Amino acid sequence: MSVSSGGAVVRVENLHKSFGDLEVLKGIDMEVERGEVVVIFGRSGSGKSTLLRCINFLEEPTMGTIEVSGQRIEVGHRIRSKRDQIRELRTRCGMVFQQFNLFPHMTAIENVMEGPVTVKGVDPERARPPAIEVLAKVGLADKANEYPIRLSGGQQQRVAIARALAMEPDVIMFDEPTSALDPELIGEVLAVMKALAVEMHMTMMVVTHEMGFAREVANRMAFFHEGRILEEGTPDQVFNETRFPETQRFLKAVL
Amino acid sequence: MGTEATRSPLVPLPRRRDRLALASAGVSFRVKVALVWVAIFAVLGFLFWSASFDNPWIRQHISFIASGLTWTLVMAAGGIVLAIVLALVGALGRLSRNPLAYGVSGFYTSFFRGTPLIVQLFLFYLAMPQTAQNLVDKFPNFLPTSFDSFFTWSSFQVGIVVLGLNYGAYMTEIFRAGIQSVSHGQAEAADALGMTYRQKMRRVVLPQAFRVIIPPTGNEFIAMMKDTALISILGQGIEKMELFRRAQLLGNADVRPTEALVTAAALYWALTVVFTFFQTRLERRVSRGYVRAAPGTPKDRAPRKRIVTGTAGGGGHAAGGYVLDAPDEPVDVGGHAHGGALLTPLEEPPEETS
Repeated sequence: MSVSSGGAVVRVENLHKSFGDLEVLKGIDMEVERGEVVVIFGRSGSGKSTLLRCINFLEEPTMGTIEVSGQRIEVGHRIRSKRDQIRELRTRCGMVFQQFNLFPHMTAIENVMEGPVTVKGVDPERARPPAIEVLAKVGLADKANEYPIRLSGGQQQRVAIARALAMEPDVIMFDEPTSALDPELIGEVLAVMKALAVEMHMTMMVVTHEMGFAREVANRMAFFHEGRILEEGTPDQVFNETRFPETQRFLKAVL
Repeated sequence: MGTEATRSPLVPLPRRRDRLALASAGVSFRVKVALVWVAIFAVLGFLFWSASFDNPWIRQHISFIASGLTWTLVMAAGGIVLAIVLALVGALGRLSRNPLAYGVSGFYTSFFRGTPLIVQLFLFYLAMPQTAQNLVDKFPNFLPTSFDSFFTWSSFQVGIVVLGLNYGAYMTEIFRAGIQSVSHGQAEAADALGMTYRQKMRRVVLPQAFRVIIPPTGNEFIAMMKDTALISILGQGIEKMELFRRAQLLGNADVRPTEALVTAAALYWALTVVFTFFQTRLERRVSRGYVRAAPGTPKDRAPRKRIVTGTAGGGGHAAGGYVLDAPDEPVDVGGHAHGGALLTPLEEPPEETS
């Protein structure tokens, strides 16, 4: 946990992203303050996942600037020094995927320890106690030695959250974390995410359609429409004083 | 007999053909296959006997020919190690966006898959030292005099290097496919943690790819053991003669070429049978209990597995249990350390339990 200049953990400026002729992001500006929970929602294809994937450079943005914890990266050719910057940025910016993407050849605890041990070079024996602690936070201390295949989808996603947490990131990005889950398993994952926000004051960017979670936990919501942020505000503003018909239509569809 | 007494007079006695089919149905598939093999060997044995081979000669010299197995194996082992290294580097090159890596690995696989193995052997054995010699003559000021002798290799060295290069080129495809079989999400998860390319490959991608790569690599090794026979064409020093060279020389010297060839064939075959046995066990071990990590697209899904649930009766009969097709869901096959309860993957071919 380093740097707290200006309070903003994530700062995105004029971000553009095109896939061939298709412009998915048409100039996004966004700031996320420390401890803030921002829920990003909108129709599929509106660019919300692409925004998250651009922030940690899983997708190479076409244009713009990205700053995480004071680490500022201009979009451009991926020369060696920039590759190091990107890796540095990624260690401060956890990511939770829709499909969990746990490492299937490692147990839960090994998955959680992998980042600290391999990326940060922590001695495995030293990395174990905090890893168990993090697993306990997501309620899975007793599953530490299980392989992912023996865990339910909800449990796998909680391990994935623990894996992101173990890196002690400044922000965690959730890319539709409950979309691949059976309905009865969604609750346990949302509960863990809520605990992160309320108890740990974790800075979070969450792409989700779970409007109940957004209403309860989000500080701010951003509605994506055709590659732009069409509407932004507190849950109260977005739900009760909706300004745009597009937002209204979307909310009507998912609520 | 008891059945005879209780048979209803209304049911006619089965005809001859039907009786045969009924009797056959009671014999397991495996026993029948064994009978077929026995029959084939009987025919071969008869041919052997009628061809009046010089059996005492074979008995006398088989150990000399068989001692060539050492060098056959050494060459194949050296070749496969080199091939694995080259295949790994080649596959990473084929998957690289670096033009140098991509270009070089493309040239490598194209050339060594595009020319016959035997031509490559001669290129390295005859053409390479000659070329080196010519280069030394042409640029005496730049090249040391030892340059050409450095590129003059024994047939044994050529054998290892060329087998490694040739098989490595083919195995590049195996390794590339294995690496690509690891879902993209795995690489992204590694990236998102901040891993370097090396860490991502070593810790995440390759361990999963090797599950796919190991079985066909075993097959390549078995094939390579047989291709070592080609090295005999280059001629070999007396101290490192592999199996086929020994058979040829001895057979020609004693005017027993047929006996020598048959002996060599039998020895290669025995060798292959032994290694195929280990190969099969290896394949089972590698595939055991491995099921996909996360619910994904159909292509990510594990293949249908046959599962034995519980054991039924079990008296005398070959069947060990019920066989059912596993659903597409991940099945608790208990392959991991925690020894699952009742469900165990059925490793035997399905006919055993039919």
